[in-house]
Amino acid sequence: MNTTVLNTYQGLVTAAKARLTEAYPENITRIQVGSATCENAAGAQEVWQEFEKSIRTSGRKDIVLHMTGCTGRCSREPIVGIFVPGKMPVKYQQVDRDKAHEIFMHHVLGGELMGEQVLDRPTSAPDYQVLVCDAQHCGCCVNGSTVKTFREQLAIAGLDAAKVQIISTGCLGFCSMRREANTTSVLVRPDSIVYNVKTVDDVTRIIGEHLKDGRVVQDLVSNEASINEGFFDLYGDVVFFNRQKRIALRNAGVINPESLDEYIQYSGFKALGDVLAKGDPDWVIDQVTHAQLRGRGGGGFPTGLKWKLTRQNVKKECYILCNADEGDPGAFMDRSMLESDPFSVIEGMIIGGYAVAATRGFFYVRAEYPLAIRRIEHAIAECRKNGLLGKNILGSGYSLDLEIRLGAGAFVCGEETALIHSIEGERGQPRIRPPFPAESGLWGKPTVINNVETFANIPALLVFGADWFRKVGTEKSGGTKVFALAGKISHTGLVEVAMGTTIREVVNNIGGGVPKGKALKGVQTGGPAGGIIPAEFLDTPIDFDTLGKMGSIMGSGGMIVLDEDDCMVDVAKFFITFCQDESCGKCTPCREGTKRMLEILERITAGKGEADDIEKLERLAMLVKNASLCGLGKAAPNPVLSTIRHFRAEYEAHIHDKTCTSRKCKALISYEVDAEKCVGCTMCARNCPADCITGVRKEPHKIDKGKCIKCGRCFDVCRFDAVNRL
Amino acid sequence: MSTATKNTDNREEVRAVAEAALTPEIVAFIADCVKGDHVQSQLIRVLHKVQGHYGYLGPDQMDAVAQLLQVPTSRVTGVATFYHFFRLEPRGKYMISVCLGTACYVKGAERIADRLQEELGVHFGETTKDKLFSLEATRCLGTCGLAPVVMIEEKVYGGVEPDQIPGIIGKYTKMAQEEKKA
Repeated sequence: MNTTVLNTYQGLVTAAKARLTEAYPENITRIQVGSATCENAAGAQEVWQEFEKSIRTSGRKDIVLHMTGCTGRCSREPIVGIFVPGKMPVKYQQVDRDKAHEIFMHHVLGGELMGEQVLDRPTSAPDYQVLVCDAQHCGCCVNGSTVKTFREQLAIAGLDAAKVQIISTGCLGFCSMRREANTTSVLVRPDSIVYNVKTVDDVTRIIGEHLKDGRVVQDLVSNEASINEGFFDLYGDVVFFNRQKRIALRNAGVINPESLDEYIQYSGFKALGDVLAKGDPDWVIDQVTHAQLRGRGGGGFPTGLKWKLTRQNVKKECYILCNADEGDPGAFMDRSMLESDPFSVIEGMIIGGYAVAATRGFFYVRAEYPLAIRRIEHAIAECRKNGLLGKNILGSGYSLDLEIRLGAGAFVCGEETALIHSIEGERGQPRIRPPFPAESGLWGKPTVINNVETFANIPALLVFGADWFRKVGTEKSGGTKVFALAGKISHTGLVEVAMGTTIREVVNNIGGGVPKGKALKGVQTGGPAGGIIPAEFLDTPIDFDTLGKMGSIMGSGGMIVLDEDDCMVDVAKFFITFCQDESCGKCTPCREGTKRMLEILERITAGKGEADDIEKLERLAMLVKNASLCGLGKAAPNPVLSTIRHFRAEYEAHIHDKTCTSRKCKALISYEVDAEKCVGCTMCARNCPADCITGVRKEPHKIDKGKCIKCGRCFDVCRFDAVNRL
Repeated sequence: MSTATKNTDNREEVRAVAEAALTPEIVAFIADCVKGDHVQSQLIRVLHKVQGHYGYLGPDQMDAVAQLLQVPTSRVTGVATFYHFFRLEPRGKYMISVCLGTACYVKGAERIADRLQEELGVHFGETTKDKLFSLEATRCLGTCGLAPVVMIEEKVYGGVEPDQIPGIIGKYTKMAQEEKKA
């Protein structure tokens, strides 16, 4: 054990704590505003300014503003949290300037809850909330069901269920702590007390002493901080959050992404301190291997093995790269992680660098993410200032520095050899492997490339134990996966769930299902290289292997929900358009194959499909898949193959019957005015850009189908549902 | 080194021409980049800087970058044309980017795109005749929660309906007119 390292780290912790206690004394009211790209786009910066102004004019010194990254609840942003000492944390949704002003006047100053504006509108304002861990390793311990026991005992004790709310949650993450076997962890809010409960007696004591009399039951209190405690303390009452399991996103929405102190407060850099104090890179590799962490960028290659292979090849120089070139349309996990918790990614990178003996590190970030770039720059500078980067890190003798390199909008640069070329300042084209980067990568030296999310997992894995991390996931894949849930879904946002969670849980329970009562048709995973999983396979557990079997891939984590209005041929065309556009042009199968596939798909959606088009598509797809040089080409046909496999009937309807059952493909639909419903308001005629609607005021109108350009504007503007799309 | 090379050494002259084509700030930035090892690896960073100032990469600027970084012009052009982010033509006053990421697409971005092209009378990658608007399609701005999304300069418009397009464009046209008057 290197005591210098431990002492240096301890020094950082003590200093951070001292500064935080000064900035946030116990009796202070905190107003928390998110600040990631998505939050800002929704207007978070204006909200911040409004609060700043309000605090200034109120003259109150005991109210502070606190900036965080994003929680991942995109569709409800900007989210504002109000933390009054001794009161339950309250989160407001879709706040704008006016609402911010009201919240400040009524809630912060007046102490009056504005129920209508609260996130997910809770039905009551309880005095206490008891969050009971209901996950596989925890939940069923006390008398079969801890939640049930709590409810029963609460009734016996005669406490009002509206005043004390019992909430069953997914994994609270307390399994990451050392504790007695067969105990369930419960979190009591607003006091932020964690109890380890084992017997019915424990439950009655908590109810009697704490919930009734307000005295903490000291001997049941857990003294160790769990991985998610901070997160659940803030967001545990919201279903969208409490069914998740947060490891990579553990600090997102909790800490200020620009504050090293706050990161350190939540066990930040503890893993690095431990690793450097131990001084054994092989131990790190063993831990990561044992945890069964697989690369989160899409390929799913075991991270421990990658590190081991690289380490074997290192002679003098070696590089560690972080792939933050998140080019998948519909995926924003990496952006959010970099914007909300950049330090954890940096810590993961330094640990990885130490494990493989890297001498230099590079962040390769999309230029489209200016805020993420600023936050990493800031985080790197902070780390340098505090001896966490640069020469002799924490006094251990190990040196590593990180630099940022920008991408410039090429999807193919997510492929590792293309990424290396791009860092070298070349066109981002891939090359044949082997040699793999582990052998010969950047400037011909051994190179490790990992994804943002992979790095973000590393510190948590080491602090809370490889055993625990492995247990969280499935047999072959440890930990969690973050998904960017978007498309036809009620709660758009970032969702992190344990490997092996079913798609149904993610889409229906966390995501809130498909809005407007429409039927779910399928879920697209893995971005342009992935496939579509039809509704009947919703109970499939999510894992690298299970998704692969269904013709899709895990990919980096985009999850787009499609409903009955989405045409599968059109979706396949969309993805092939993307791949064809992004093909770097180096190898023929990908360059020409995607082009020809696109032509066939365009023909089909234009109503000019030929009888053998499906077979042609399949043949071409297999060719592109087998003969392409890199991952982009190899995966490009996936959307086509998986839609043909699961939705063949739709292709056939387009080709043989010339109909699009989802009424999406322009060439195959037509518009008609329903004479019975039309009141002759002339709205459609006035809005028609092709001047093809005729009719007299107060009499049914008519569309000239020969002139109609099918823009659908009449359909949109009609207030009487009189325009039909056929 | 042979005498012939010595006699025809016009390095300083060439360098001066190159420096004149860029701003002093960019020249200093490049001078800083050249100090480290693997100079060529700084090329993309430099091009970002140049485009950040001029709005596009003109032939003169690319020549100058090649000269100052001491990499072949062909390589600079190769890189500039490969990456979508780099623009080789001057852009309009306002850049309108329509997100065509998956989330936006399934929520109707195509109709937004059609309407924008119709209202502006240009296709993607083109600039209006009055040099006011440039229209481009982008791949995912990462704000899928607000889909469909249109970004004008730095401002993001979320949940856009085709019918809102004329109003949004009108606002910018008016803004430009007022700026002109002032």
